[in-house]
Amino acid sequence: MELTVADLIAKLNAKEICISDSARKVKGGYAGDFLSNVMGKAPTDCCWFTVMANVNVVAVATLADVSLVVICEGVEPDDSLVQKAKVQGVNIVSVKEDVYNAVIKSVR
Amino acid sequence: MSALHLEFDVAGDNFLSAGSATDRVKNELRKLGVSSADIRRVAISMYEGEINMVIHAGGGKAIVDIYVDKSVVKLIDHGKGIKDIELAMKPGYSTANEEIRNLGFGAGMGLPNMKKYADELIIESEVGKGTTVTMIVNFS
Repeated sequence: MELTVADLIAKLNAKEICISDSARKVKGGYAGDFLSNVMGKAPTDCCWFTVMANVNVVAVATLADVSLVVICEGVEPDDSLVQKAKVQGVNIVSVKEDVYNAVIKSVR
Repeated sequence: MSALHLEFDVAGDNFLSAGSATDRVKNELRKLGVSSADIRRVAISMYEGEINMVIHAGGGKAIVDIYVDKSVVKLIDHGKGIKDIELAMKPGYSTANEEIRNLGFGAGMGLPNMKKYADELIIESEVGKGTTVTMIVNFS
């Protein structure tokens, strides 16, 4: 099954923080908070689940070419993250669930 | 001669601007029509190096040469140097402090990622004098 960013937002009932391309395809996922692990392992066009919400998340999401970042546990993103996400055109949402439950919800 | 020669000053201790040199290089590679898979390899390896300079060396200089078939990224700092390069290359080994780890860095995967994505990684370091990292990515 091939999902788009919009499909996942609906599934997760996620709050939109910055959406620049809701039709972008999502292929697979990755969960983790250490940015180098994400850059080393997250596949291109994936959905990345994390509790990190600082500006470097945008840089890493851009570099690793992820389709959607899901900030979990209701963590409030930094203003600098929101600003940079808009400039770089990175799709970011937030959810109240922890990473485990957000991932489960995304694959149901 | 390279098709494009770029030089950047990387500011130390500034995580907000860290990655700006990499962003520039990415845009230039895109303009030159380099494939997105190759851009990804150049950009991730360079960003890891940039972050290392910010975390460990108080900044430095990035010199980038883009050729038709490859990119050569040279990162030069005058920081404290790497005592044991073999140990530093070990996945999971990190000397980053708590503050850095709270930002999501310091997983000990920076150098391993640079090795993973660059076709050639050369590290020259002298304790107390600084480090020069050269990364070559051959375009597919």
